[in-house]
Amino acid sequence: MSTVTNTAAAPYSLATLLNGMWKENPGLVIALGMCPTLAVTNSFVNALTMGLATLFVLVVSSAVVSLLRSFVPTQVHLVTHLVIIATLVTIVDIAIGAISPQVYRALGVFIQLIVVNCIILGHAQGYASKSTVYRSALNASGTGLGFTLALLCLGGVREVLGTGEFMGAPLFGERFEPWAVMALPPGGFFVLGGWLLAISWWKRRTGKKSAGVEQKQAA
Amino acid sequence: MNSDSLTFIFLNACIMNNFVLSMFLGICPFIGMQGNLKTAVRMGMTVTFVMVIASICATAVNLLLAYLHLEYLRLICFVCVIAGAVQLVEMLLKKKSPALHGALGIYLPLIATNSAILALALFQSLNQYSFIQGLAYALGAGAGFSLVLVIIAGLRERLALPGAPDVGRSAALSLIVAGILSLAFMGFAGVGY
Repeated sequence: MSTVTNTAAAPYSLATLLNGMWKENPGLVIALGMCPTLAVTNSFVNALTMGLATLFVLVVSSAVVSLLRSFVPTQVHLVTHLVIIATLVTIVDIAIGAISPQVYRALGVFIQLIVVNCIILGHAQGYASKSTVYRSALNASGTGLGFTLALLCLGGVREVLGTGEFMGAPLFGERFEPWAVMALPPGGFFVLGGWLLAISWWKRRTGKKSAGVEQKQAA
Repeated sequence: MNSDSLTFIFLNACIMNNFVLSMFLGICPFIGMQGNLKTAVRMGMTVTFVMVIASICATAVNLLLAYLHLEYLRLICFVCVIAGAVQLVEMLLKKKSPALHGALGIYLPLIATNSAILALALFQSLNQYSFIQGLAYALGAGAGFSLVLVIIAGLRERLALPGAPDVGRSAALSLIVAGILSLAFMGFAGVGY
């Protein structure tokens, strides 16, 4: 990941954080790590829980991997990282079960599937095992917040369209017919596809605009 | 149909609760994959193969952990044992059957940490399947995964022909196609109850 190089304009830490959140948002821009999470983003609360759980695992695992980076031989990198991540996920799993049994039942096996989220392992392998604790934790926070944001975008849209409510509060009045398919699996595919389309359209538009400005300046 | 019967478990994993279309598991390879029917078939075979290995491992790990009263270590054990077993099998294949290794080998390490594989192990222990039921579940899930991979690859080959707008020439288009496919598969929901 060459995310650290472009830091001339803003202070280092802020730029890293924002980069993960917006420019290289893992969920919406690169479409990474969506497998185990798409299924449970059918409501805002579920998406929030899932996002925060992933954020926690991502940040703590990056810090631990980065702390241990000089002790772990290269041959056993993958296994060590997997064990660290699996331990953290087990902690999160038990914690969510204790805090809110209702959400725990709704999320089910999918909390444990955070282990195989490609973002976390990718981050541990590609970034945290090579940089300092502060940097990798910061970068992980940015990526994790971006991922949470992406999940919230999905969960929010699916809940509003699928049930006509937002966190239990009805939005559209009685005559709104809930678009039930949005809360079901196909809706997850449609909404993510829609977001990807919207973002790539937006990027193209802003890209064209800035390219036009540069051309004018050159002329 | 009895929900413990092998046919039901197989069909349930294959069609009614398809791993890709109703649980979003293992969609990374399917988004990343190029539209090629041959690759899809091979990939599907490899996934089925790894799923069977994972199912056997899961049964063994569950028995051992239940015996030692260490159920909270289940996740860590699953991850390590499955990754280890897949690598072991890969080495064995390389030595004993180079032809099979040539066909499946390149995807094996990739698939070992795929979410579909771990999910199979977790669901299997959640539903408390016996060894044989676990095998039926793994075969069904693998068959369902292959089925969807092949359908998507076929659709991709078609999609290359019409001129989709540039904006959609990314994962977005495949996701929406998968959504429509998922909608079609929802018609199977409730079959067998």
